[in-house]
Amino acid sequence: MNDKTPLLPVHVISGFLGSGKTTLLKSVLASEDFGDSAVLINEFGDVGLDNRLLGEIAEDAVLLSSGCVCCTIRGELSDALRRLMSQRQDGKIPPFKRIILETTGLADPGPIASTITADPVLRHHLRPGTNLTLVDALNATASRKLQPVWESQIAVADKLVISKVDLVDQAQLDEVQSLIDTINPAAQQLGQEALKQASDELFGSGPHIDHYSYSEVKTWLGPWRKPPAPDAASHLGDVQSFRLCFDGEVDWTCFGLWLSMLLNRHGSQIMRVKGVLHVKGDTRPVIIHGVQHTVHPPEHVDAWPKDDRISELIFITHGITAKCVTDSLNTFMNAVSNHPSPRIFHA
Amino acid sequence: MCGLCGVFGGENHWSTHIEDPEQAHYERRRARAYRAELINRVLKPHRLVLEDFQASSFVIASATGKREIVQDLGGIWRQAELMTGRDIDPLDTNFLASLS
Repeated sequence: MNDKTPLLPVHVISGFLGSGKTTLLKSVLASEDFGDSAVLINEFGDVGLDNRLLGEIAEDAVLLSSGCVCCTIRGELSDALRRLMSQRQDGKIPPFKRIILETTGLADPGPIASTITADPVLRHHLRPGTNLTLVDALNATASRKLQPVWESQIAVADKLVISKVDLVDQAQLDEVQSLIDTINPAAQQLGQEALKQASDELFGSGPHIDHYSYSEVKTWLGPWRKPPAPDAASHLGDVQSFRLCFDGEVDWTCFGLWLSMLLNRHGSQIMRVKGVLHVKGDTRPVIIHGVQHTVHPPEHVDAWPKDDRISELIFITHGITAKCVTDSLNTFMNAVSNHPSPRIFHA
Repeated sequence: MCGLCGVFGGENHWSTHIEDPEQAHYERRRARAYRAELINRVLKPHRLVLEDFQASSFVIASATGKREIVQDLGGIWRQAELMTGRDIDPLDTNFLASLS
């Protein structure tokens, strides 16, 4: 919250191969609402098929030819973003208001945020935007078995759209819904109309909008659909999602130490952490948002609603239980903080 | 940047972004001192000590006299693990027991 310069959002469209990302992107680019967008396409393989399909927007598009957006090619993503910003500043391309990045179907979108926030130049111009993930209803079960990255794509999503629902029966659709609710019960799910008619709803209420209202934060935190019973979720292996609630004010310094230690040692297993905190000595709510090892700069939002100052954090983990995290944070804050610690429990 | 040794300063760790850059200098120094106090509470069982260096970075010192400069929280835990040869794991019950 210490940078008043408007930062341009980088929205990410991810989803497994064939889930309809390019179709959605074409719909987005055909919409007047998104006329001032720059597009980056991350293509896997030697032939940039998606770039051909989107030929009419190729002028403003930069194709990342190395394949997956992952740790090993962050530099290329960084270069592409810098090039876009440079062209914008020089007036070579129109002054776009947002960047939309379509990842390859095999990419883990998690490291994209760290590419932006860790880059000494980009972080002064760009901010991570909304992660929108498409889930192919027809191939969801098979994709999950073949590629663990499928779970990561769902875990990092702020918004989810299930595609190809007309190609499956109700039982298959229920199974896909159960998988989604287990991995990321807090993601906002958009209906089929989002695919047919691109609107602001696709990328609105992202995690980094200045002057958030509390109701927008609640929307972003999601409806928290209760995850399926352990038996139903057992086929998902070690992926778990849970919510921590805090009864009392949080010592931010102490919490920051604990979370930085947790991510230092277990960052690859913390697929997602997000929430809103009532920080001691701070009159406004603070939202926090992290993907794997990366925590985005926390932001203040508008004032708390009356009689509701409940801090909550949502975790999506791989192999780390709610009890383990809750016990750790409770013990750590009680032992280390100079201030009375809140009672922390998981829901 | 420290004018004497050329060390680039200023924490850029996410946990410091909550601090208002407009707030008084002494308040930011106080927040930094409190952070160092709590870190030392965590490092004490590992026989490490953290010292603030020119309000621009930190120095971790071991009981054997080894000293390393780190910039922020992310670097502190990694460096502390390197110096002790042990994981600093907040989910480890032995680590948690060592704090009390």
